[in-house]
Amino acid sequence: MLKLKAENVTVTYDNEPVIENINLSLEKGEIVSILGASGCGKTTFFNAVAGLRPVDEGKVYLDGEDITGKTGKVSYMLQKDLLLPHYTVIDNVSLPLVMKGEKKKEARKKAGGYFSLFGLENCEKKYPSELSGGMRQRAALMRTYLTGNDVVLLDEPFSALDTITKSAMHSWYLNIIKEIGLSTVLITHDIDEAILLSDRVYILSGVPGRITDEIKIDLPKPRNIGEVTDDGFISYKKLILGKIESTTA
Amino acid sequence: MYLPLTKKFQNITNKLAPVISVIAVILLWLVLSEGEIVPAYMLPSPFEVVKAFFSDVEILFTHAVVTVQEALYGLITGTAIGFIIAVLMDRFDFLYKAFYPLLVISQTIPTIAIAPLLVLWMGFSMAPKITLVVLTTFFPVTVSLLDGFKSADRDEINLVRSMGGNRFQVFRHVKLPAAAEQFFSGLKVSASYSVVGAVISEWLGGFEGLGVYMTRVKKAYAFDKMFAVIILISALSLLLMAFINVMRNYVLRYKKRS
Repeated sequence: MLKLKAENVTVTYDNEPVIENINLSLEKGEIVSILGASGCGKTTFFNAVAGLRPVDEGKVYLDGEDITGKTGKVSYMLQKDLLLPHYTVIDNVSLPLVMKGEKKKEARKKAGGYFSLFGLENCEKKYPSELSGGMRQRAALMRTYLTGNDVVLLDEPFSALDTITKSAMHSWYLNIIKEIGLSTVLITHDIDEAILLSDRVYILSGVPGRITDEIKIDLPKPRNIGEVTDDGFISYKKLILGKIESTTA
Repeated sequence: MYLPLTKKFQNITNKLAPVISVIAVILLWLVLSEGEIVPAYMLPSPFEVVKAFFSDVEILFTHAVVTVQEALYGLITGTAIGFIIAVLMDRFDFLYKAFYPLLVISQTIPTIAIAPLLVLWMGFSMAPKITLVVLTTFFPVTVSLLDGFKSADRDEINLVRSMGGNRFQVFRHVKLPAAAEQFFSGLKVSASYSVVGAVISEWLGGFEGLGVYMTRVKKAYAFDKMFAVIILISALSLLLMAFINVMRNYVLRYKKRS
């Protein structure tokens, strides 16, 4: 079942296109990655899908409904966890519910039920500055989940983490999205991460940014960090590297 | 021998430093006055000042109540006006461009020059004093809040918007908290201005207040009482600033947990 569809999306800045004719689809429960060099317009595309930036041409559909230019329809998590430093963890994660008009007390109660699922037991009354990097990302993902949308846009969410924490977060994320039924579009420039997590990989390149390739990752799931040296994994890595090199040459 | 400074020792020295400097100033004052290096009619000794304070404590208290009232009413009104101006200027860019220079110019007019005008316009009641305090206190609050609002993280604003948050929710959850630190810095400056502003306005007309008391003892050449009232005014300003510090520490308590 098709969840999200971007159709010929073009975004300009000062009359110059930043991204052009982007087509992307996301099936229910799928993880697709967008790989590309810095500055090719990955975040601009996410901002356009999330309604934070006007789309000059093209449309964005969610479950068949036109959501072009509308905010609050898909969940969006940026590279920085963006937990508000002045709120406790419970107030941070319940923020999307408050934003939708729920009373603070009720929102806290509802959010409180998810703390163990997200591995954040006893962190309710802590401030973000008291959490480790991994825990902060979990809290940010929990907040993203509580926006109530089943499509999430993740903009390099694990890039600031150390290798060990990142690997643990990958496994944790794969488990949790299965449990709560999320469909994910992930921006990354880590090829290993893209292959480990994704069902399909889009390659975005050039100025203005265009989708130059779409690669289906046919490796059995769940995948883990130990498989990065396997033949299948390496051949996908070579394929993706080759595609990126051919577009930047 | 090199002795490493432990954190505890550093904390003690940090706390002791201001106490030592205050004691040093008092000692210098004692030496200058008791040693008659400066004549007593110009610089009364600290003992004389303390004596003068207690001999007039009831009168001082009555006048202080009036001054504190004027300062507080003015400070609260000035803060409220400063807040409204800052919010409007942050929301509407054309207001910022049109009125920011005027705001700055308004602060170049010396307080002492406006005070007599206010007395002429409003009479000898509390109104001109409060107005003067308002005029001196709204500016630090406005400027600090404006800077604070502008320092809000663009990504945090986008995050709240991506959750479907409206302009007010962005303000409530991101901009206002982002401005809290600067706001309290501005408020502290305003608090010190408020007491001084009230006293200056009392100099130029009125029947009650520490400024009125000051002009009376000045005419009587009672320097010991002048010093006593100056110290009382400083103490009131410090108390007000300490209260604002307590509020700041409560509002920004998350910073202590970092």
